[in-house]
Amino acid sequence: MNIVFLMIIVSFFVAIIFFILFLKSVKSGQYDDLYTPSVRMLFEDEVVEKQEEIKSETKINQPNK
Amino acid sequence: MTKTDCFHCGAECDSKPIYVDEKPFCCNGCKTVYEILNENDLSCYYDFEQAPGAIPQELKSKYAYLDNEKIVENLYDFIDDEVRVITFYIPHIHCSSCIWILENLDRLNNAIVSGIVNFPKKEIRITFNNAKISLRQVVELLSSIGYEPYISLEDTSITKPKIDRSLIYKLGVAGFAFGNIMLLSFPEYFQSSEFWLERYKPTFRILIFIMAIPVVFYSANTYFVSAYKGLKHKILNIDVPIALGISVLFMRSAVEIIFDLGQGYFDSLAGFVFFLLLGKIFQQQTYSFLSFERDYKSYFPIAVTKIAKDQSETNISIYDIKEGDRLLIRNGELIPVDGILINGIAQIDYSFVTGESLPVSKKSGDKLFAGGKQLSGAIEMEVLQTVSQSYLTQLWSNDIFTKKESKTIKTLTDSISKRFTIIVLLIAFLAGIYWYFENATMIANVVTAVLIVACPCALALSAPFALGNMLRIFGKQKFYLKNATVIENLSKINTIIFDKTGTITTNKTNISYEGTSLTNNEKKYIANVLRESNHPLSRMLYGYLEKPDKIEVTDFKETFGKGIYGRVDKFKIMMGSESYVKGSSSNNLQTSIFIKINEEIKGKYIFENTYRNEIASIFNELSTFYTLGVLSGDNEGEKEHLTKVLPKATTLIFNQKPEDKLEYVDKQQKKGETVLMIGDGLNDAGALAQSNVGIAVSENTNVFSPACDGIIDATNFAMLPKFIRLSKGTIKVVKISFVLSFLYNIIGMLFAVTGNLSPIVAAILMPISSITIVVFVTIATNFISNGK
Repeated sequence: MNIVFLMIIVSFFVAIIFFILFLKSVKSGQYDDLYTPSVRMLFEDEVVEKQEEIKSETKINQPNK
Repeated sequence: MTKTDCFHCGAECDSKPIYVDEKPFCCNGCKTVYEILNENDLSCYYDFEQAPGAIPQELKSKYAYLDNEKIVENLYDFIDDEVRVITFYIPHIHCSSCIWILENLDRLNNAIVSGIVNFPKKEIRITFNNAKISLRQVVELLSSIGYEPYISLEDTSITKPKIDRSLIYKLGVAGFAFGNIMLLSFPEYFQSSEFWLERYKPTFRILIFIMAIPVVFYSANTYFVSAYKGLKHKILNIDVPIALGISVLFMRSAVEIIFDLGQGYFDSLAGFVFFLLLGKIFQQQTYSFLSFERDYKSYFPIAVTKIAKDQSETNISIYDIKEGDRLLIRNGELIPVDGILINGIAQIDYSFVTGESLPVSKKSGDKLFAGGKQLSGAIEMEVLQTVSQSYLTQLWSNDIFTKKESKTIKTLTDSISKRFTIIVLLIAFLAGIYWYFENATMIANVVTAVLIVACPCALALSAPFALGNMLRIFGKQKFYLKNATVIENLSKINTIIFDKTGTITTNKTNISYEGTSLTNNEKKYIANVLRESNHPLSRMLYGYLEKPDKIEVTDFKETFGKGIYGRVDKFKIMMGSESYVKGSSSNNLQTSIFIKINEEIKGKYIFENTYRNEIASIFNELSTFYTLGVLSGDNEGEKEHLTKVLPKATTLIFNQKPEDKLEYVDKQQKKGETVLMIGDGLNDAGALAQSNVGIAVSENTNVFSPACDGIIDATNFAMLPKFIRLSKGTIKVVKISFVLSFLYNIIGMLFAVTGNLSPIVAAILMPISSITIVVFVTIATNFISNGK
């Protein structure tokens, strides 16, 4: 039944790991701006898509230039 | 005429929009931005939002001073050899397209490493390579795509406020401890005597004890500090019973655990601190895009152009301006000091200062005051006073600006907690005496229990949640308050003083015509001549008249500061000041443009400030409860009109200088009045600071407002009486919730004085009382804001 002892220690350490992660995320400024990342998240795909399109376009156009 | 909207900025286009790629543009500026973006494959800027752009302003050498390393040194966040990091405030940031384009700046110029937008603050942090691009070029690049950064004197102040995240950390620590302690105390609640639980009890208790230590000494330390400060000033604020409760809880629990007497109340303790901090965070509603602390520094530029004796131009810092210097003020620049106009025609817009939207004409030799914005071309001026000595900026040397928050505001919660603390201590004392005779071993037990349940958790939570919620409700209706205390102060006022220009008048100018009526053809000619002129009044009148078809104007002549002349289809059209058109002038205070067509004086267009529509009804509504007053920096020209419109009891005072306004407010306060000041310009700054509650009216909340306690969007000005009523209602809600929380305290007290306060009772009572109070005040405040 010493397993209980082990479980407590494990759960306690898991909790502490998350706690440290939380402190880290606060320190890195994650909670300073709660709005912009939500918008930024949606951009990435569109930019990449466009870039690819443009790349293929410029490839076609290049000989003319 | 069909209406087309500009593809870039969304403004309505003239009769002939410019077409590129079949997209309409209102002006060359917008077209250029589109072309820049298109060339750099950034055209999906237009996909996120419709017409997201702004018309880029012409800059020329406006930002030349940025080349001067000494001046801009303090602007940077970080400087390494070549890598520079700088944060700009860009007022135009308003939609997702803005974020997108600004974060893709590196594709416009590869010397820019990255741009990170903070949308709520309307800020961008740009990292760039100084070897390849100068700061000036960065700013000009931003401006060229319509995102001109706003750089003011305030940005150079060396210490940039650091973001305070300690409250989040504290909440995190308390929350972590609260959850885990609860979990570990669970077995003890059931008081089962199971073998394994009995065996691990000491381990559990030690873990609980360890976790409780940071809660008391870190998370709760602000309460101890505040209680100590309160006691030092002989004030029993709400933090005194809180600190008392926390320390008693901690000591008693520590004793219980160390001497193995019981499990202690660490679960309640951690929960208590957690809820309190939660309330604090909730109350801390911030509007990061607004600033309530602005002084003249946030309006003033960093540098000006100085003209040396040999006519060479140098950029000098504002603080280096000396008496007798010659300055060059370009179109659109702000006059930083008092001086005399030497050269050029000045059209000064003093709207920052007075709220007056019509520009004032000055001719050479006239005195110019700091704070005005030059509108028509470049001027030269000679400095009379340095920055800090100028007419406007002197206001900030007044004591009221240096005091800053030192006056301890006694809040409702504090005044209640004073009595509360005394009563609690009395009960603890009486209970102690009783048990001394009954059963002396119980004394410590009962006295500490009384102090524990007396911990004013629910009491301390009612005000933060009620006020915090109301703050959010106000915010949704574009009434932004600096903090929750303002609501309380607002509920106490009995005198309201308004500024006139810009506050009860709008910044829109009403144009009316007086004289022989003009035919449509004549109007068309007038508009065509006006089109040629860049004078602010001409632009205004041109905007007012219907946009005409273009007819060629010949012989166009503009006499600066006087008027314009032009020929259209054989008609000689002359417009301008009375003396220019008529040859003589009467003493008229009105701003007007006289019209003369072929030798015949037709009449005049009069420019007037318009009063807000709702003014009469607002004043009538308020006059039943409050003493009202209007202070104006203007002459008495409008007195007659105002006395007609406003309630009879309203005090009207004219010709008030900024200092006079401050003194007037002070005088009222000395009479025992609690004053709400409503103003808008920098000239009201003193009065706003002196008043109990100072509220600034702003046509555009993104941009400027003087230091104040609250900012109200001009579109919702009519709701002012409602806002005041709601503040009163909120205070009522807080009072009711106080009664409720007292009930909880009495119930807890019954357990305590009888010596029956077991840890589980405390652990149940405390969260329940807190949560019901929070729910009650939230529902109640929402209800009153919907009801009225």
